[in-house]
Parts: sequence; C-alpha cells; structure tokens
Amino acid sequence: MPGNTGTRGLPHNRAMDVLFEASGLRKHYGDATVVDGVSFAIAPGECLGIIGPNGAGKTTTLRMCLGLTTPDGGAIHYQPPGGGPLLHMPQDALAIKAQIGVVTQFDSLDPDFSCEENLRVFGRYFGLGHHTMDERAPRLLEFAALTHKAQAKPGELSGGMRRRLSLARALVNAPRLLLLDEPTTGLDPQARHLMWERLQQLLQTGTSILLTTHFMDEAERLCTRLLVLDQGRTIAQGAPRALIAEHLEPEVVEVYGAGALGLAQEPALQALAARTEVSGDTVFFYTRAAHPLLDALLQRPHLRTLHRPANLEDLFLKLTGRQIREEA
Amino acid sequence: MPDMQPPRTPSPWRAPGLSLRWWPVFLRNLLVWRKLAIPSLVGNIAEPLMWLLAFGYGLGALVGQVAVEGRTVPYILFLASGSVCLSTMNAASFEALYSAFSRMHVQKTWDSILNTPVALDDVVLAEMLWAAFKALFTATAILAVMLALGISHSPKLFVAWAVLACAGLMFASIALIFNALARGYDFFTYYFTLVLTPMMFLSGVFFPREQLPPVMHALSGWLPLTHAVELVRPLFMDQWPAHPLRHGLGMAVTTAATYWIALALTRRRFAA
Repeated sequence: MPGNTGTRGLPHNRAMDVLFEASGLRKHYGDATVVDGVSFAIAPGECLGIIGPNGAGKTTTLRMCLGLTTPDGGAIHYQPPGGGPLLHMPQDALAIKAQIGVVTQFDSLDPDFSCEENLRVFGRYFGLGHHTMDERAPRLLEFAALTHKAQAKPGELSGGMRRRLSLARALVNAPRLLLLDEPTTGLDPQARHLMWERLQQLLQTGTSILLTTHFMDEAERLCTRLLVLDQGRTIAQGAPRALIAEHLEPEVVEVYGAGALGLAQEPALQALAARTEVSGDTVFFYTRAAHPLLDALLQRPHLRTLHRPANLEDLFLKLTGRQIREEA
Repeated sequence: MPDMQPPRTPSPWRAPGLSLRWWPVFLRNLLVWRKLAIPSLVGNIAEPLMWLLAFGYGLGALVGQVAVEGRTVPYILFLASGSVCLSTMNAASFEALYSAFSRMHVQKTWDSILNTPVALDDVVLAEMLWAAFKALFTATAILAVMLALGISHSPKLFVAWAVLACAGLMFASIALIFNALARGYDFFTYYFTLVLTPMMFLSGVFFPREQLPPVMHALSGWLPLTHAVELVRPLFMDQWPAHPLRHGLGMAVTTAATYWIALALTRRRFAA
C-alpha cells in the first residue's frame, strides 16, 4: 500500500491542499467486515459525498472520522490551519473536533432550550463565552433563516427549521470541515432546497463538507466528488458527471405499460440500445443516441416512454445492483 | 494489506479521565433545570416531608423513644436523620437514571456533545456531579424544613450536610452503572424495587438495624445507605459518629469503585 502510511506526514505538496484524509480504513464487528479499505481526502472548499445502500458502511466511516469508533486498521489525519503538525484520529480527537462541525442524521437539539439558547449552550462546549456568542448567535440564526424563531423551542419548529438549526449549531465553532449525515432526509422539497442553498454558500466561503446521502440529486448538486460504497468497499469514486460518463451511456429511455417487459427481449429494440435493464414493470434502454429507439417505440402508442439523460441514480443502481440486469 | 500502526481500541477499564470540561455539560443541565426548579423542588421535598410528618408524629406517638447507641431519642429525630439520607439517595438515583437516560438515549444530548471537544469521560463525570448536586439541593431543602420544624438544631448539621453531599456522589455513581446497562426506562423499575427498596428497609432508616436478624444485621453494615445513615444520625443528635472512619471510607471506596465501573460500562456502550 504505497503512500498510505499511518502516522507519517503527507508529502509536502499535498499537505497544502488536503484538509482531511482517511486512508485504508477498516472496521469489523465479529466476523462481519463493515468497512474494508476505504480511503479518501478532502480539500478546502470541497464537498465529498459518500453514497451507498444501507449497510454499505457510510455511518461507520463517519463515526471513525469523528473518533467515536476506533478503526481496526488505517489512519485518519486532519491538517490544522497554518500548516501545523498533522492531527490524528482518534488520538487527537478533541483537538480535531474543536475544528469541525457535525450534523447528525437525527436531530439532537435540546428540546428545553430556545433556538438561541441551543446555540449558546453548544458554543460553551467549544469554550466559546458570552461575548463570542453574542456576536455569533444572531448571525447563525440569520444564516439558518431562524431569526424570527430565536426564542422558539425546537418542538415548535418544522422539520426543515430543525435541520437548519442543527446546521447553525454545527457552525458555532466556525468549523473548517462539516460532517453531515443525511442532511435532508425527511424534508419537503422547499426545505431541502433551502438547505442546499445554505450548504452551497458554505462551500463558496471555503468550508469543506463530507456528507452521506441517499438522494442522488443531492449528491449531484452538492458534491465535487463522490465515493460509492457497497459492503464496506469503495466501488467507484470521482466527480458525479465523470462517473456517469465513465459507467453509463448518456441517454436513457424508460418504457412502461402493458407489455413493456416483452420489449426487453426484442432483438430489433435491443440492437438500438447499448444496454437493457428491467426493474419491476419498467424497461430501461441505455443508449448513446435515443432517437432511432424512440422512433421505433412510436409504433407502440399504448406504451408510455420517458426519455432523459442518464443520472446518478442510474449509476448508483448499476453499481450497487438492486435490479435484474440483462446486458445487451 | 499492511497497516502502519493500526490504532487500538482502548480498554474501557482505563483510568477515568478528569478535566474541567465537565463544567459546560453540568451548566447545560443546570440551565434546563432552572426552568423547572420550583415544581421539581416541591416534588422533591413534599414527599419526604409527608413521610416524616405521618410516620414521625403519627407512628412516633406509638413508638415514643428509640435507643441509638445507648441513648434514647424521639422517633421523629431518628426518622428525620434517616429519611434525609433516603431522600438524597432517591434524588440522586432518579436523576442519574431517568433523567440521564433521557439525555443519553432518548434526546441524544450526549451524542451531540460527543461531537464537540468534550469527551465521554467528561459527560459521565458531569452527569454524576449533576445528579449529586440535585440530591444535595433536595437534602438542603429538607434540612431547612427540619430546622424550621425544630427537629434538630445541632450545629453538626453542617457536617451532616457535607456527608449528604458525599452520599449524593455515591448514589449517583451507583445509579450510572444501571444507566449504562439500561435498554429502556423499564429496567430502572428493577433497580428501584430490587435494590433501593430493600436497602431502604435494611439500612436503619425507619427502625434500628439492631432489630434485624443477626445475618441481615451483619449484611446491612455493608450497604451504601447504611454508611450514610450511620454518619448522619449522630450528627442530628449533636454527637460524633461512633465509626467515622469505617463508614467514611466505605462511602469513599463505594463511590470511587462504582464510578469507575459506571464509566467503563458507559464507554463500552458508546464504543459499539
């Protein structure tokens, strides 16, 4: 495993642009290997997304990054600002946590405190006193679009507001890296878009983000790079569009309706597609040029078709496989 | 695949970490409680006082005097000194079980704190100190009422107050063991009915331990609540305890040992 040594410093040219790096992470519980050789690095201002089906090892990876779970192998470093010596997880857990922010999958806000008190109490865990929080709390509430709810308790907030308060709380220490575990799960579209907008703002100001998500549109929208995990292993990584281009044909034609499944067996149609997949009652034709196929499908007006570009969801399903595949 | 110096999962039995980082966690609990202090105070002292009045004056009229170490004292004084220990035990236990469990398991308050530069050891220490503080608060209120009722005016009540503070630390530490093991609130019912209730009857709160059969009497000498009662009762009677070292050491060792066990079990719970 060249290059990925545990305690050695990063090569100088890389130390400049790597904020957080995990190399060769492994974790097993009994006989079950949950994380198996996962490596990644995050640069300042970069958003790295970890996607994968349930049980892929996403949460365990995050827990190891936070020092809550000790890896059985591998190393995690954090580069403090100003080029100081590397900090190592879990040995330097508290020093690293002083510089990162975390939004957990389930809200863990204090139900007995108002929004503002939630921020102030949380700031105290970072050693932030009244003066600092007098300045930061109103700014964070404004960032979270919660200024008008400063005195409301979390129980009086909508799901989207609670998530934004969790995000504001994770920012009390002005972190250089945010760890987000499924930040928009359970939110309605308006709330998700507002959340994404705020995360984009943070990325633009140089904050790095490591997030896990089940939403491919979220991953595509926010992430500079993706890490696709399955059964604890990295099965793909790269920029979202590059991954799609690498693994998929650019266009997809979905066909569904009575008799659609039979199409997958028709040699004339198969010849027009690079690859054919069947999932449930729908046939997916992956192709580089959809028009001949669409013309052929016009002969079958009782079927419904959807022509769209290939997206991350297609990639995800292709890589992690939850459907019957029939290669053309 | 070779790994360079893979980190080892540290033993949950390593020495407790002690730092001042417990303070913001303690303060958080204090700020929540401040909002509910008056109703909680009423609940905490109303019940023990009802016991005291009903049993002390009602039963006391039947019992009259009770012999303690060669002296006879009014039953109300006997009962008051025991019941303030009992209330301290109950207050610390309740806080370190139901309330700590709510914060740890239900509200996930601990999880959010663990994402900040505060370690699990600091959180457990804060919870222990917090439960002891609440117990001492209850004990102080009860002592004040007892003073007002004229049950005891001994200046040694200040020493009793310090003993009760230590009793709070001890019972908070013991309860945190069960907190670390709990899967739900129901589990605490066992602790209250199978541990605390028998201890209440065996530790000389309501009647002298000398009334117990010899085996039970010998056994009861080792109970944590007995240590507290044996120290506090003479102080109520303006006397010094007969065996301060035995019972003081008993409390200190019990506190240190159970705190360590509670911390190790909590570390194990959170390492999963």
